[in-house]
Amino acid sequence: MTQIKNTAALAAHALECIRDDRMLFSHLEFRLEPGSALVLEGRNGSGKTSLLRILCGIRLPDGGSVTWGDTAIDKLGPDYLMHMAYVGHRDGVKLDLTPLENLAMARALGMPNEITLEDALEKVDLAGFEDVLTRNLSAGQQRRLALARLLVTDTSLWILDEPFTSLDVHGISVIEELLDAHTTAGGMIAVTSHHAVNLQNTTVQRINLST
Amino acid sequence: MNSDSLTRAFLILIRRDLMLAVRHRAEMANPILFFVLVTSLFPLGIGANPALLQAVAPGVIWVAALLAALLSIENVFRSDFEDGSLEQYLLSSHPVSVLVLAKITAHWLITGLPLLLISPLLGILLGLPVDAIKVLFITLLLGTPVLSLIGAVGVALTVGLRKGGMILSLLVLPLYIPVLIFASSAVDTAAAGLPVTAHLSLIAALLLLALSLSPFATAAALRVSLS
Repeated sequence: MTQIKNTAALAAHALECIRDDRMLFSHLEFRLEPGSALVLEGRNGSGKTSLLRILCGIRLPDGGSVTWGDTAIDKLGPDYLMHMAYVGHRDGVKLDLTPLENLAMARALGMPNEITLEDALEKVDLAGFEDVLTRNLSAGQQRRLALARLLVTDTSLWILDEPFTSLDVHGISVIEELLDAHTTAGGMIAVTSHHAVNLQNTTVQRINLST
Repeated sequence: MNSDSLTRAFLILIRRDLMLAVRHRAEMANPILFFVLVTSLFPLGIGANPALLQAVAPGVIWVAALLAALLSIENVFRSDFEDGSLEQYLLSSHPVSVLVLAKITAHWLITGLPLLLISPLLGILLGLPVDAIKVLFITLLLGTPVLSLIGAVGVALTVGLRKGGMILSLLVLPLYIPVLIFASSAVDTAAAGLPVTAHLSLIAALLLLALSLSPFATAAALRVSLS
C-alpha cells in the first residue's frame, strides 16, 4: 500500500449528543493522529453509531465540534469528505449489481486511486465473484464487498460501524490485516465493534461510551 | 475535485440507475401500464361519444400522467435509503445537488420518457386532432420533468419516515397542480385551433424554475432526513 500523505488529525471538542431527550454522551474529547486507531466501546444504545455519524458529518452534534486539522468539518465540507470513507451498518451496496459495478460506483463518488477494482476484490477475498449479482453473495461476502469500497478511493480516515458483522474468523482476520496496513501507511481508523479489534502494529485508543 | 470526475460520477450514476431499472423490468413497467390502463378505461366508462371523449382527453391524459408520476416517484430514493447508498451520496466529495440531479434524470428516463413516447397513441385512442396531439406531446415533454423534479423534493423530505406515502402525496400534489392546469388547457386550446405559445412558455418557465431550485432543495432535504 502506498504511503498516505495526510498529516491532519481528527479531534473532538466537548462533543455532546442527545437523542429522544436522553443524553448519550457529553464533554467527549479525543484526538486521532495519523497512523492510529480509535475503538469505540459501549453497550447497545450508548451512542456509538451516533458518534460515528457525527464524525462523518451526517449528523450534527448537539454541542461541541469535530475538527480536521484545525478547522471544523462542517466548514470544510468536500475538503473533509474527500479524505474520509464511511461504512455504516447498512452496506451501501446495490444487491442487483455485481461487485465490480458496485465498486465502480463507489470509486466514481470519491477520489479514485490506482488500484484496479479486481485487485480490491482480491484483497477482501472476493476474487472470482466479480460478475455474480451481489444478491447471491452471502451476508459475510456482502459485508466484505462493502469494506472493499474503502480500498478503491484515496482516503486517509476510515469510519467503520461494526465492520465485522456477519464475518467468519477468516474474514475478520482478512479485514484486520487491511486495517493494520492502512494505519501503518499513515491512515487513521475510527471503529465500533462488539468483537475485540486486534490491530498488532497500530496505536489504539479506546473510548467506552457506557461509563 | 475537477469537473471531469464530476461529469463521470454524474454519468455513471445515471447508467447505474438505468441498469438497475433493466434488472427490475416489471417494476419499471408498472407506472406506464397504469398510465395506459387508466386512459384506455375512460372510453369504456363514459361511452364512445367522440365529441365528449375529445373534450375530456387532455384532462384525462394529464391526470393519468400525473398520478403515474406520483406512483413511481418514491422509487427515486427509497431503495437507496434502505440499503445505505444514500449516505454514500451525502458523503461523496462531489456536490450532492449534482448527484441528485443525476438520480432525477435517470428517474425521468425510466418513467417519464416511456410515458411521453406512448402518449400520441393514447391521444389517437381518445380522438384528439393531430394538432392537439402535437401539443400534448410538447406539454408532456416539458411537464413530466417538472413532475420528477418536484416529486424528488417531496421524497427527500419523507424518505426517513416509515409511512411517508400519504404525506408525500399531500406535499407534492398541490405543487403539481399548476403544471396540470397549464398543460391540459394548452391541449384544449390547441384542439380549438388557437395558438398555445403562452401556455407552453409558462410550462417551460416552470421547468426552468424547478430545474434550478429542485436539486438544491432535494439535497438539503436529504441531509435533514438522514441526520
